[in-house]
Amino acid sequence: MTSREDQTRALQQMERTAATRRTVRRIVVFAVFVVVLGLAYAGYKWFGQSIDDAQTSWPVIGELLPPTDDLTMPPIVDIIAEFAQPPQRNSGKPLGAFIAEAALFTFREAAVGFAFGVVLGLLLAIVMLQSRWLERGMSPYLVASQTIPLVAIAPIIVIWGSNSMTWLPFEWPRWMSVAIIATYLTFFPVAMNGIRGLKATDPASDELMRSYAASRRQTLFKLQLPASVPYLFAAFKIAATAAIVGAIVGEISGGVGGGLGRLILDFASRYTTGPERLYAAVIGAALLGIVAVGLVILAEYLVLAKRHDESTAL
Amino acid sequence: MTTEHAAVEIVDMDKYFNQSKPNEVWALDAINLSIETGSFVSLIGPSGCGKSTLLRLMGALTHPTNGQILINGKPADDARTDRDYGMAFQHSGLFKWRTISQNIELPLELMGWGKQDRKARSDELLELIKLPDFGDHYPSELSGGMRQRVAIARSLSFRPSLLLMDEPFGALDEMTREHMQDELLDIWRRTGKTIVFVTHSIPEAVYLSQRVIVLSPRPGRIASDIPVDLGERVFETREDPRFFEKVTQVREALRFEESPQ
Repeated sequence: MTSREDQTRALQQMERTAATRRTVRRIVVFAVFVVVLGLAYAGYKWFGQSIDDAQTSWPVIGELLPPTDDLTMPPIVDIIAEFAQPPQRNSGKPLGAFIAEAALFTFREAAVGFAFGVVLGLLLAIVMLQSRWLERGMSPYLVASQTIPLVAIAPIIVIWGSNSMTWLPFEWPRWMSVAIIATYLTFFPVAMNGIRGLKATDPASDELMRSYAASRRQTLFKLQLPASVPYLFAAFKIAATAAIVGAIVGEISGGVGGGLGRLILDFASRYTTGPERLYAAVIGAALLGIVAVGLVILAEYLVLAKRHDESTAL
Repeated sequence: MTTEHAAVEIVDMDKYFNQSKPNEVWALDAINLSIETGSFVSLIGPSGCGKSTLLRLMGALTHPTNGQILINGKPADDARTDRDYGMAFQHSGLFKWRTISQNIELPLELMGWGKQDRKARSDELLELIKLPDFGDHYPSELSGGMRQRVAIARSLSFRPSLLLMDEPFGALDEMTREHMQDELLDIWRRTGKTIVFVTHSIPEAVYLSQRVIVLSPRPGRIASDIPVDLGERVFETREDPRFFEKVTQVREALRFEESPQ
Protein backbone atom coordinates (compact mmCIF):
# COMPACT_ATOMS: atom_id res chain seq x y z
CA MET A 1 0.00 0.00 0.00
CA THR A 2 2.80 2.43 0.89
CA SER A 3 4.55 1.73 -2.37
CA ARG A 4 1.33 2.62 -4.15
CA GLU A 5 1.17 5.83 -2.24
CA ASP A 6 4.76 6.56 -3.16
CA GLN A 7 3.81 5.96 -6.74
CA THR A 8 0.97 8.44 -6.65
CA ARG A 9 3.28 10.95 -4.93
CA ALA A 10 5.86 10.52 -7.68
CA LEU A 11 3.12 10.90 -10.26
CA GLN A 12 1.93 14.12 -8.65
CA GLN A 13 5.48 15.43 -8.61
CA MET A 14 5.84 14.62 -12.30
CA GLU A 15 2.60 16.37 -13.13
CA ARG A 16 3.71 19.44 -11.23
CA THR A 17 7.01 19.68 -13.12
CA ALA A 18 5.11 19.12 -16.36
CA ALA A 19 2.79 22.00 -15.46
CA THR A 20 5.71 24.31 -14.72
CA ARG A 21 7.33 23.32 -17.98
CA ARG A 22 4.08 24.09 -19.82
CA THR A 23 3.90 27.54 -18.23
CA VAL A 24 7.50 28.35 -19.12
CA ARG A 25 6.93 27.15 -22.66
CA ARG A 26 3.83 29.31 -22.96
CA ILE A 27 5.75 32.39 -21.86
CA VAL A 28 8.63 31.66 -24.24
CA VAL A 29 6.22 31.12 -27.15
CA PHE A 30 4.54 34.40 -26.34
CA ALA A 31 7.85 36.29 -26.17
CA VAL A 32 8.94 34.79 -29.48
CA PHE A 33 5.60 35.79 -30.99
CA VAL A 34 6.03 39.41 -29.85
CA VAL A 35 9.58 39.55 -31.26
CA VAL A 36 8.45 38.06 -34.58
CA LEU A 37 5.62 40.58 -34.76
CA GLY A 38 8.06 43.43 -34.11
CA LEU A 39 10.48 42.10 -36.73
CA ALA A 40 7.68 41.78 -39.27
CA TYR A 41 6.65 45.38 -38.62
CA ALA A 42 10.19 46.65 -38.91
CA GLY A 43 10.93 44.44 -41.92
CA TYR A 44 7.85 45.65 -43.80
CA LYS A 45 8.71 49.25 -43.01
CA TRP A 46 12.32 48.80 -44.14
CA PHE A 47 11.18 47.09 -47.35
CA GLY A 48 8.67 49.83 -48.20
CA GLN A 49 11.17 52.55 -47.52
CA SER A 50 13.87 50.94 -49.63
CA ILE A 51 11.41 50.96 -52.53
CA ASP A 52 10.68 54.64 -51.85
CA ASP A 53 14.35 55.46 -51.70
CA ALA A 54 14.99 53.64 -54.95
CA GLN A 55 12.36 55.91 -56.57
CA THR A 56 10.69 52.94 -58.18
CA SER A 57 6.97 53.26 -58.30
CA TRP A 58 5.71 49.95 -57.10
CA PRO A 59 1.97 50.28 -56.65
CA VAL A 60 1.44 47.63 -53.97
CA ILE A 61 2.83 49.35 -50.89
CA GLY A 62 1.02 52.59 -50.16
CA GLU A 63 -1.94 51.74 -52.34
CA LEU A 64 -2.95 48.17 -51.67
CA LEU A 65 -1.00 47.77 -48.43
CA PRO A 66 -0.52 50.54 -45.84
CA PRO A 67 2.18 53.10 -46.61
CA THR A 68 5.40 52.86 -44.64
CA ASP A 69 6.14 56.50 -43.93
CA ASP A 70 6.82 57.56 -40.33
CA LEU A 71 3.35 59.06 -39.90
CA THR A 72 1.55 55.80 -40.68
CA MET A 73 4.15 53.49 -39.22
CA PRO A 74 6.38 55.22 -36.71
CA PRO A 75 9.62 53.30 -36.09
CA ILE A 76 9.44 50.81 -33.23
CA VAL A 77 12.33 52.48 -31.45
CA ASP A 78 10.41 55.77 -31.46
CA ILE A 79 7.28 54.09 -30.07
CA ILE A 80 9.27 52.51 -27.26
CA ALA A 81 11.11 55.76 -26.57
CA GLU A 82 7.80 57.61 -26.44
CA PHE A 83 6.83 55.75 -23.26
CA ALA A 84 9.55 57.68 -21.41
CA GLN A 85 8.64 61.10 -22.89
CA PRO A 86 6.15 63.39 -21.19
CA PRO A 87 3.11 63.72 -23.48
CA GLN A 88 2.73 67.42 -22.70
CA ARG A 89 5.54 69.87 -22.59
CA ASN A 90 4.65 71.26 -19.16
CA SER A 91 4.20 67.93 -17.39
CA GLY A 92 7.06 65.97 -15.97
CA LYS A 93 5.27 62.65 -15.97
CA PRO A 94 6.34 60.28 -18.75
CA LEU A 95 3.74 58.86 -21.14
CA GLY A 96 4.28 55.39 -19.70
CA ALA A 97 3.02 56.56 -16.31
CA PHE A 98 -0.01 58.23 -17.93
CA ILE A 99 -0.86 55.03 -19.74
CA ALA A 100 -0.35 52.92 -16.63
CA GLU A 101 -2.69 55.14 -14.59
CA ALA A 102 -5.28 55.13 -17.33
CA ALA A 103 -4.95 51.35 -17.66
CA LEU A 104 -5.52 50.94 -13.92
CA PHE A 105 -8.64 53.12 -14.14
CA THR A 106 -9.96 51.08 -17.08
CA PHE A 107 -9.00 47.85 -15.31
CA ARG A 108 -11.17 48.78 -12.34
CA GLU A 109 -14.18 49.38 -14.59
CA ALA A 110 -13.50 46.16 -16.47
CA ALA A 111 -13.01 44.13 -13.28
CA VAL A 112 -16.27 45.35 -11.74
CA GLY A 113 -18.04 44.79 -15.07
CA PHE A 114 -16.54 41.32 -15.28
CA ALA A 115 -17.72 40.44 -11.77
CA PHE A 116 -21.25 41.70 -12.48
CA GLY A 117 -21.24 39.91 -15.82
CA VAL A 118 -20.18 36.61 -14.27
CA VAL A 119 -22.91 36.79 -11.64
CA LEU A 120 -25.57 37.85 -14.15
CA GLY A 121 -24.45 35.26 -16.72
CA LEU A 122 -24.48 32.46 -14.17
CA LEU A 123 -27.91 33.45 -12.89
CA LEU A 124 -29.26 33.47 -16.47
CA ALA A 125 -27.69 30.06 -17.13
CA ILE A 126 -29.25 28.62 -13.96
CA VAL A 127 -32.65 30.07 -14.89
CA MET A 128 -32.39 28.60 -18.40
CA LEU A 129 -31.41 25.25 -16.92
CA GLN A 130 -34.78 24.99 -15.20
CA SER A 131 -36.72 24.21 -18.35
CA ARG A 132 -36.17 23.71 -22.02
CA TRP A 133 -38.92 26.24 -22.73
CA LEU A 134 -37.19 28.90 -20.70
CA GLU A 135 -33.97 28.22 -22.56
CA ARG A 136 -35.67 28.30 -25.95
CA GLY A 137 -37.55 31.43 -25.02
CA MET A 138 -34.62 33.33 -23.59
CA SER A 139 -31.63 32.49 -25.74
CA PRO A 140 -32.78 34.41 -28.88
CA TYR A 141 -33.10 37.54 -26.75
CA LEU A 142 -29.66 37.01 -25.26
CA VAL A 143 -28.22 36.71 -28.75
CA ALA A 144 -30.19 39.75 -29.91
CA SER A 145 -28.89 41.77 -26.95
CA GLN A 146 -25.39 41.38 -28.33
CA THR A 147 -26.30 42.74 -31.76
CA ILE A 148 -27.28 46.13 -30.34
CA PRO A 149 -24.27 48.39 -30.93
CA LEU A 150 -22.52 49.30 -27.71
CA VAL A 151 -22.04 52.84 -29.01
CA ALA A 152 -25.81 53.27 -28.98
CA ILE A 153 -26.46 52.11 -25.45
CA ALA A 154 -23.36 53.50 -23.77
CA PRO A 155 -24.60 57.12 -23.52
CA ILE A 156 -27.98 55.90 -22.32
CA ILE A 157 -26.37 53.95 -19.50
CA VAL A 158 -24.13 56.86 -18.52
CA ILE A 159 -27.05 59.31 -18.43
CA TRP A 160 -29.28 56.81 -16.62
CA GLY A 161 -26.53 56.22 -14.08
CA SER A 162 -25.96 59.85 -13.19
CA ASN A 163 -29.62 60.91 -13.38
CA SER A 164 -31.43 58.01 -11.76
CA MET A 165 -29.00 56.75 -9.16
CA THR A 166 -29.55 59.80 -6.97
CA TRP A 167 -31.24 57.73 -4.25
CA LEU A 168 -27.94 56.09 -3.40
CA PRO A 169 -26.28 57.23 -0.17
CA PHE A 170 -23.18 58.05 -2.21
CA GLU A 171 -22.78 59.76 -5.53
CA TRP A 172 -22.95 57.37 -8.48
CA PRO A 173 -19.44 57.42 -9.91
CA ARG A 174 -19.31 57.75 -13.66
CA TRP A 175 -16.93 54.85 -13.98
CA MET A 176 -19.66 52.59 -12.57
CA SER A 177 -21.70 53.32 -15.67
CA VAL A 178 -18.76 52.15 -17.75
CA ALA A 179 -18.55 49.02 -15.60
CA ILE A 180 -22.19 48.33 -16.45
CA ILE A 181 -21.42 48.78 -20.13
CA ALA A 182 -18.64 46.19 -19.70
CA THR A 183 -21.15 43.91 -17.94
CA TYR A 184 -23.27 44.05 -21.05
CA LEU A 185 -20.50 42.35 -23.02
CA THR A 186 -19.38 39.90 -20.33
CA PHE A 187 -22.61 38.26 -19.21
CA PHE A 188 -23.24 36.78 -22.65
CA PRO A 189 -20.33 34.32 -22.99
CA VAL A 190 -20.76 33.32 -19.34
CA ALA A 191 -24.48 32.60 -19.80
CA MET A 192 -23.98 30.68 -23.04
CA ASN A 193 -21.02 28.57 -21.91
CA GLY A 194 -22.57 28.27 -18.46
CA ILE A 195 -25.73 26.60 -19.74
CA ARG A 196 -23.60 24.26 -21.86
CA GLY A 197 -21.44 23.37 -18.87
CA LEU A 198 -24.38 22.87 -16.52
CA LYS A 199 -25.90 20.45 -19.01
CA ALA A 200 -22.65 18.63 -19.72
CA THR A 201 -22.77 16.36 -16.68
CA ASP A 202 -22.39 12.73 -17.58
CA PRO A 203 -25.61 10.69 -17.50
CA ALA A 204 -24.23 8.28 -14.89
CA SER A 205 -23.68 11.17 -12.47
CA ASP A 206 -27.22 12.41 -13.09
CA GLU A 207 -28.57 8.96 -12.29
CA LEU A 208 -26.39 8.75 -9.22
CA MET A 209 -27.89 11.98 -7.90
CA ARG A 210 -31.38 10.71 -8.69
CA SER A 211 -30.63 7.46 -6.90
CA TYR A 212 -29.84 9.55 -3.81
CA ALA A 213 -33.15 11.37 -4.27
CA ALA A 214 -31.16 14.61 -4.39
CA SER A 215 -33.14 17.82 -4.76
CA ARG A 216 -32.69 20.12 -7.75
CA ARG A 217 -30.78 22.55 -5.63
CA GLN A 218 -28.47 19.84 -4.31
CA THR A 219 -27.87 18.58 -7.85
CA LEU A 220 -27.06 22.13 -8.95
CA PHE A 221 -24.57 22.83 -6.20
CA LYS A 222 -23.00 19.40 -5.76
CA LEU A 223 -22.88 18.28 -9.37
CA GLN A 224 -23.81 20.72 -12.11
CA LEU A 225 -21.93 23.81 -10.96
CA PRO A 226 -18.66 22.03 -10.10
CA ALA A 227 -18.86 20.06 -13.35
CA SER A 228 -19.27 23.25 -15.38
CA VAL A 229 -16.15 24.94 -13.98
CA PRO A 230 -13.93 24.11 -17.00
CA TYR A 231 -16.61 25.53 -19.32
CA LEU A 232 -16.91 28.61 -17.15
CA PHE A 233 -13.19 29.30 -17.29
CA ALA A 234 -13.29 29.08 -21.07
CA ALA A 235 -16.05 31.70 -20.93
CA PHE A 236 -14.14 33.82 -18.40
CA LYS A 237 -11.23 34.14 -20.81
CA ILE A 238 -13.54 35.52 -23.50
CA ALA A 239 -15.35 37.64 -20.94
CA ALA A 240 -12.10 39.13 -19.58
CA THR A 241 -11.10 40.55 -22.96
CA ALA A 242 -14.69 41.55 -23.67
CA ALA A 243 -14.75 43.48 -20.38
CA ILE A 244 -11.63 45.45 -21.36
CA VAL A 245 -13.02 46.22 -24.82
CA GLY A 246 -16.38 47.12 -23.28
CA ALA A 247 -14.75 49.45 -20.78
CA ILE A 248 -12.65 51.25 -23.43
CA VAL A 249 -15.54 51.60 -25.87
CA GLY A 250 -17.82 52.59 -23.00
CA GLU A 251 -15.43 55.36 -21.92
CA ILE A 252 -15.23 56.70 -25.45
CA SER A 253 -18.91 56.62 -26.30
CA GLY A 254 -20.07 57.56 -22.84
CA GLY A 255 -17.63 60.42 -22.59
CA VAL A 256 -16.02 59.22 -19.37
CA GLY A 257 -12.49 60.43 -18.77
CA GLY A 258 -9.59 58.98 -16.82
CA GLY A 259 -9.13 55.70 -18.64
CA LEU A 260 -7.51 54.32 -21.74
CA GLY A 261 -10.57 55.17 -23.85
CA ARG A 262 -10.21 58.89 -23.30
CA LEU A 263 -6.45 58.62 -23.78
CA ILE A 264 -6.85 56.83 -27.09
CA LEU A 265 -9.44 59.38 -28.21
CA ASP A 266 -7.10 62.26 -27.28
CA PHE A 267 -4.08 60.79 -28.99
CA ALA A 268 -6.11 59.92 -32.08
CA SER A 269 -7.30 63.49 -32.47
CA ARG A 270 -3.71 64.72 -32.21
CA TYR A 271 -2.35 61.90 -34.32
CA THR A 272 -0.46 63.98 -36.87
CA THR A 273 1.66 65.66 -34.20
CA GLY A 274 2.66 62.38 -32.56
CA PRO A 275 1.56 59.05 -33.97
CA GLU A 276 3.85 57.24 -31.51
CA ARG A 277 1.57 58.25 -28.64
CA LEU A 278 -1.44 56.49 -30.11
CA TYR A 279 0.64 53.41 -30.83
CA ALA A 280 1.90 53.44 -27.24
CA ALA A 281 -1.64 53.74 -25.86
CA VAL A 282 -2.83 50.88 -28.05
CA ILE A 283 0.07 48.73 -26.83
CA GLY A 284 -0.99 49.65 -23.29
CA ALA A 285 -4.54 48.49 -24.01
CA ALA A 286 -3.24 45.23 -25.48
CA LEU A 287 -1.05 44.63 -22.43
CA LEU A 288 -4.05 45.24 -20.18
CA GLY A 289 -6.02 42.62 -22.09
CA ILE A 290 -3.14 40.14 -21.75
CA VAL A 291 -2.92 40.80 -18.00
CA ALA A 292 -6.68 40.26 -17.65
CA VAL A 293 -6.61 36.93 -19.49
CA GLY A 294 -3.43 35.98 -17.60
CA LEU A 295 -5.23 36.49 -14.29
CA VAL A 296 -8.06 34.23 -15.44
CA ILE A 297 -5.59 31.54 -16.52
CA LEU A 298 -3.84 31.78 -13.15
CA ALA A 299 -7.16 31.38 -11.32
CA GLU A 300 -8.05 28.46 -13.55
CA TYR A 301 -4.74 26.79 -12.80
CA LEU A 302 -5.22 27.22 -9.06
CA VAL A 303 -8.76 25.82 -9.17
CA LEU A 304 -8.30 23.00 -11.66
CA ALA A 305 -4.76 21.85 -10.85
CA LYS A 306 -6.06 20.04 -7.79
CA ARG A 307 -8.54 17.94 -9.64
CA HIS A 308 -6.06 17.22 -12.44
CA ASP A 309 -8.60 18.28 -14.94
CA GLU A 310 -7.62 18.85 -18.50
CA SER A 311 -7.32 22.57 -18.52
CA THR A 312 -8.72 24.43 -21.47
CA ALA A 313 -6.03 27.09 -21.02
CA LEU A 314 -4.67 28.76 -24.12
CA MET B 1 -37.36 -2.36 8.44
CA THR B 2 -39.66 -5.30 8.09
CA THR B 3 -37.95 -8.51 7.23
CA GLU B 4 -41.02 -10.45 6.21
CA HIS B 5 -40.89 -8.63 2.87
CA ALA B 6 -38.59 -9.75 0.10
CA ALA B 7 -35.88 -7.23 -0.74
CA VAL B 8 -37.13 -7.12 -4.31
CA GLU B 9 -40.53 -8.29 -5.50
CA ILE B 10 -41.40 -7.91 -9.17
CA VAL B 11 -44.84 -8.98 -10.39
CA ASP B 12 -45.88 -9.36 -14.04
CA MET B 13 -43.75 -6.50 -15.17
CA ASP B 14 -43.29 -5.35 -18.78
CA LYS B 15 -41.13 -2.52 -19.96
CA TYR B 16 -41.43 -0.70 -23.26
CA PHE B 17 -39.39 2.30 -24.28
CA ASN B 18 -41.12 4.93 -26.45
CA GLN B 19 -44.39 3.02 -26.30
CA SER B 20 -46.65 3.38 -29.38
CA LYS B 21 -44.07 5.47 -31.17
CA PRO B 22 -42.24 4.33 -34.32
CA ASN B 23 -39.07 3.75 -32.31
CA GLU B 24 -40.79 1.56 -29.72
CA VAL B 25 -38.55 -0.99 -27.99
CA TRP B 26 -39.92 -3.93 -26.07
CA ALA B 27 -37.25 -4.29 -23.41
CA LEU B 28 -38.64 -6.67 -20.80
CA ASP B 29 -41.49 -9.15 -20.90
CA ALA B 30 -43.51 -10.62 -18.04
CA ILE B 31 -40.85 -10.43 -15.37
CA ASN B 32 -41.68 -12.17 -12.10
CA LEU B 33 -38.86 -12.14 -9.63
CA SER B 34 -38.49 -12.30 -5.90
CA ILE B 35 -35.15 -11.64 -4.23
CA GLU B 36 -34.74 -12.67 -0.64
CA THR B 37 -33.32 -10.20 1.85
CA GLY B 38 -29.61 -10.77 2.43
CA SER B 39 -29.00 -12.77 -0.71
CA PHE B 40 -26.53 -12.22 -3.52
CA VAL B 41 -28.20 -12.51 -6.91
CA SER B 42 -26.66 -12.00 -10.34
CA LEU B 43 -28.45 -10.98 -13.53
CA ILE B 44 -26.81 -12.24 -16.70
CA GLY B 45 -27.85 -12.25 -20.33
CA PRO B 46 -26.81 -11.34 -23.86
CA SER B 47 -26.05 -7.67 -24.42
CA GLY B 48 -29.14 -5.59 -24.97
CA CYS B 49 -31.36 -8.06 -23.12
CA GLY B 50 -32.45 -5.46 -20.63
CA LYS B 51 -30.52 -6.55 -17.56
CA SER B 52 -29.33 -3.03 -16.84
CA THR B 53 -32.85 -1.78 -17.46
CA LEU B 54 -34.14 -4.28 -14.93
CA LEU B 55 -31.65 -2.95 -12.39
CA ARG B 56 -32.60 0.66 -13.14
CA LEU B 57 -36.26 -0.29 -12.73
CA MET B 58 -35.47 -1.64 -9.25
CA GLY B 59 -33.83 1.69 -8.48
CA ALA B 60 -36.86 3.62 -9.82
CA LEU B 61 -34.59 5.42 -12.27
CA THR B 62 -37.07 4.33 -14.92
CA HIS B 63 -40.61 3.05 -14.50
CA PRO B 64 -42.38 -0.16 -15.56
CA THR B 65 -44.95 -0.02 -18.34
CA ASN B 66 -47.08 -2.73 -16.72
CA GLY B 67 -46.82 -4.58 -13.45
CA GLN B 68 -45.34 -3.70 -10.15
CA ILE B 69 -42.00 -3.47 -8.39
CA LEU B 70 -41.75 -3.54 -4.62
CA ILE B 71 -38.50 -2.86 -2.77
CA ASN B 72 -38.61 -3.88 0.89
CA GLY B 73 -42.37 -4.13 0.50
CA LYS B 74 -42.93 -0.62 -0.84
CA PRO B 75 -43.16 0.91 -4.32
CA ALA B 76 -39.72 1.43 -5.91
CA ASP B 77 -40.15 5.22 -6.01
CA ASP B 78 -40.74 5.35 -2.27
CA ALA B 79 -37.73 3.13 -1.73
CA ARG B 80 -35.66 5.59 -3.74
CA THR B 81 -36.81 8.61 -1.76
CA ASP B 82 -36.32 6.60 1.46
CA ARG B 83 -32.79 5.83 0.26
CA ASP B 84 -33.25 2.10 0.63
CA TYR B 85 -30.65 1.21 -1.97
CA GLY B 86 -27.16 2.19 -3.05
CA MET B 87 -25.98 1.99 -6.62
CA ALA B 88 -22.64 1.31 -8.29
CA PHE B 89 -21.99 1.48 -12.02
CA GLN B 90 -19.42 0.16 -14.46
CA HIS B 91 -17.64 3.50 -14.36
CA SER B 92 -16.96 4.53 -10.82
CA GLY B 93 -18.56 7.91 -11.50
CA LEU B 94 -16.55 9.59 -8.78
CA PHE B 95 -16.65 13.38 -8.87
CA LYS B 96 -13.16 14.43 -9.88
CA TRP B 97 -13.37 17.72 -7.99
CA ARG B 98 -13.89 15.89 -4.71
CA THR B 99 -11.32 14.01 -2.68
CA ILE B 100 -11.87 10.32 -2.01
CA SER B 101 -13.33 11.06 1.43
CA GLN B 102 -15.58 13.77 0.01
CA ASN B 103 -16.79 11.36 -2.65
CA ILE B 104 -17.68 8.73 -0.06
CA GLU B 105 -19.41 11.39 2.01
CA LEU B 106 -21.43 12.80 -0.89
CA PRO B 107 -24.65 10.85 -0.14
CA LEU B 108 -24.27 11.65 3.56
CA GLU B 109 -23.98 15.35 2.76
CA LEU B 110 -27.17 15.15 0.71
CA MET B 111 -28.87 13.44 3.62
CA GLY B 112 -27.79 16.13 6.02
CA TRP B 113 -25.34 14.22 8.20
CA GLY B 114 -23.12 16.33 10.43
CA LYS B 115 -19.49 16.83 9.57
CA GLN B 116 -18.11 14.66 12.40
CA ASP B 117 -20.43 11.77 11.63
CA ARG B 118 -19.54 11.95 7.96
CA LYS B 119 -15.84 11.89 8.71
CA ALA B 120 -16.20 8.96 11.09
CA ARG B 121 -18.21 7.04 8.52
CA SER B 122 -15.83 7.69 5.62
CA ASP B 123 -12.83 6.69 7.76
CA GLU B 124 -14.63 3.48 8.65
CA LEU B 125 -15.36 2.76 4.99
CA LEU B 126 -11.82 3.58 3.87
CA GLU B 127 -10.71 0.86 6.29
CA LEU B 128 -13.31 -1.51 4.89
CA ILE B 129 -12.15 -1.01 1.31
CA LYS B 130 -8.51 -1.15 2.46
CA LEU B 131 -7.58 2.35 1.33
CA PRO B 132 -7.11 4.00 4.73
CA ASP B 133 -4.47 6.48 3.56
CA PHE B 134 -6.20 7.71 0.46
CA GLY B 135 -8.92 9.92 1.92
CA ASP B 136 -7.31 13.16 0.83
CA HIS B 137 -6.34 12.02 -2.64
CA TYR B 138 -8.26 12.90 -5.78
CA PRO B 139 -9.82 10.21 -7.99
CA SER B 140 -7.34 10.88 -10.81
CA GLU B 141 -4.55 9.70 -8.51
CA LEU B 142 -6.08 6.25 -8.06
CA SER B 143 -6.06 3.18 -10.26
CA GLY B 144 -9.26 1.87 -11.84
CA GLY B 145 -9.66 -0.86 -9.23
CA MET B 146 -9.13 1.54 -6.35
CA ARG B 147 -11.70 3.94 -7.78
CA GLN B 148 -14.21 1.14 -8.11
CA ARG B 149 -13.69 0.26 -4.45
CA VAL B 150 -14.36 3.89 -3.55
CA ALA B 151 -17.56 3.79 -5.59
CA ILE B 152 -18.65 0.73 -3.62
CA ALA B 153 -17.80 2.46 -0.35
CA ARG B 154 -19.88 5.43 -1.48
CA SER B 155 -22.85 3.19 -2.20
CA LEU B 156 -22.48 1.63 1.26
CA SER B 157 -21.96 4.90 3.12
CA PHE B 158 -25.57 5.54 4.14
CA ARG B 159 -26.14 1.90 5.06
CA PRO B 160 -28.77 1.01 2.49
CA SER B 161 -30.11 -2.52 2.85
CA LEU B 162 -29.89 -3.15 -0.89
CA LEU B 163 -26.99 -2.73 -3.30
CA LEU B 164 -27.71 -2.46 -7.03
CA MET B 165 -24.54 -3.01 -9.02
CA ASP B 166 -24.32 -2.62 -12.78
CA GLU B 167 -21.19 -4.38 -14.07
CA PRO B 168 -19.06 -2.64 -11.48
CA PHE B 169 -15.96 -4.66 -12.41
CA GLY B 170 -16.60 -4.63 -16.16
CA ALA B 171 -13.79 -2.21 -16.93
CA LEU B 172 -11.14 -3.91 -14.80
CA ASP B 173 -8.42 -6.32 -15.84
CA GLU B 174 -8.84 -9.98 -14.94
CA MET B 175 -6.50 -10.02 -11.92
CA THR B 176 -7.92 -6.90 -10.33
CA ARG B 177 -11.36 -8.22 -11.07
CA GLU B 178 -10.88 -11.49 -9.17
CA HIS B 179 -9.39 -9.57 -6.28
CA MET B 180 -12.37 -7.19 -6.26
CA GLN B 181 -14.81 -10.10 -6.33
CA ASP B 182 -13.28 -11.49 -3.16
CA GLU B 183 -13.44 -8.09 -1.53
CA LEU B 184 -17.06 -7.64 -2.49
CA LEU B 185 -17.93 -11.06 -1.06
CA ASP B 186 -16.10 -10.10 2.10
CA ILE B 187 -18.10 -6.86 2.36
CA TRP B 188 -21.31 -8.76 1.67
CA ARG B 189 -20.57 -11.31 4.40
CA ARG B 190 -19.70 -8.61 6.89
CA THR B 191 -22.59 -6.25 6.16
CA GLY B 192 -25.36 -8.68 5.29
CA LYS B 193 -26.69 -6.54 2.43
CA THR B 194 -28.87 -7.78 -0.36
CA ILE B 195 -26.86 -7.47 -3.56
CA VAL B 196 -28.26 -7.50 -7.08
CA PHE B 197 -25.35 -7.72 -9.48
CA VAL B 198 -25.53 -7.27 -13.24
CA THR B 199 -22.68 -8.85 -15.17
CA HIS B 200 -21.90 -10.36 -18.55
CA SER B 201 -19.21 -12.63 -17.16
CA ILE B 202 -20.40 -16.18 -16.47
CA PRO B 203 -17.60 -17.14 -14.04
CA GLU B 204 -18.12 -13.87 -12.19
CA ALA B 205 -21.84 -14.54 -11.80
CA VAL B 206 -21.23 -18.11 -10.60
CA TYR B 207 -18.41 -17.20 -8.26
CA LEU B 208 -20.25 -14.34 -6.56
CA SER B 209 -23.87 -15.35 -6.31
CA GLN B 210 -26.22 -17.68 -4.59
CA ARG B 211 -28.55 -17.40 -7.53
CA VAL B 212 -27.96 -16.60 -11.19
CA ILE B 213 -30.91 -15.22 -13.14
CA VAL B 214 -30.47 -15.74 -16.89
CA LEU B 215 -32.30 -13.34 -19.18
CA SER B 216 -33.21 -14.10 -22.79
CA PRO B 217 -32.42 -11.78 -25.70
CA ARG B 218 -34.76 -8.84 -26.16
CA PRO B 219 -37.47 -8.67 -25.05
CA GLY B 220 -35.81 -9.93 -21.88
CA ARG B 221 -37.58 -12.77 -20.14
CA ILE B 222 -36.34 -14.79 -17.23
CA ALA B 223 -35.01 -17.83 -19.08
CA SER B 224 -33.57 -19.69 -16.10
CA ASP B 225 -33.10 -19.22 -12.42
CA ILE B 226 -30.06 -21.21 -11.35
CA PRO B 227 -29.23 -21.70 -7.67
CA VAL B 228 -25.52 -21.83 -6.92
CA ASP B 229 -24.35 -23.62 -3.82
CA LEU B 230 -20.60 -23.66 -3.65
CA GLY B 231 -20.21 -22.91 0.04
CA GLU B 232 -17.65 -20.37 1.14
CA ARG B 233 -15.64 -19.01 -1.78
CA VAL B 234 -11.92 -19.59 -1.44
CA PHE B 235 -9.01 -19.49 -3.87
CA GLU B 236 -9.63 -23.12 -4.86
CA THR B 237 -13.32 -22.50 -5.61
CA ARG B 238 -12.41 -21.23 -9.08
CA GLU B 239 -10.63 -24.54 -9.74
CA ASP B 240 -13.36 -26.74 -8.28
CA PRO B 241 -15.12 -29.12 -10.72
CA ARG B 242 -18.45 -28.08 -9.17
CA PHE B 243 -17.63 -24.48 -10.10
CA PHE B 244 -17.07 -25.52 -13.71
CA GLU B 245 -20.28 -27.52 -13.66
CA LYS B 246 -22.20 -24.41 -12.69
CA VAL B 247 -20.38 -22.31 -15.27
CA THR B 248 -21.33 -24.88 -17.90
CA GLN B 249 -24.92 -24.90 -16.72
CA VAL B 250 -25.16 -21.11 -17.03
CA ARG B 251 -23.42 -21.23 -20.41
CA GLU B 252 -25.96 -23.75 -21.65
CA ALA B 253 -28.79 -21.63 -20.33
CA LEU B 254 -27.39 -18.71 -22.30
CA ARG B 255 -27.45 -20.64 -25.57
CA PHE B 256 -30.39 -19.06 -27.31
CA GLU B 257 -31.43 -19.86 -30.84
CA GLU B 258 -30.44 -17.23 -33.35
CA SER B 259 -33.56 -15.21 -33.76
CA PRO B 260 -34.14 -13.92 -37.29
CA GLN B 261 -33.54 -10.19 -37.21
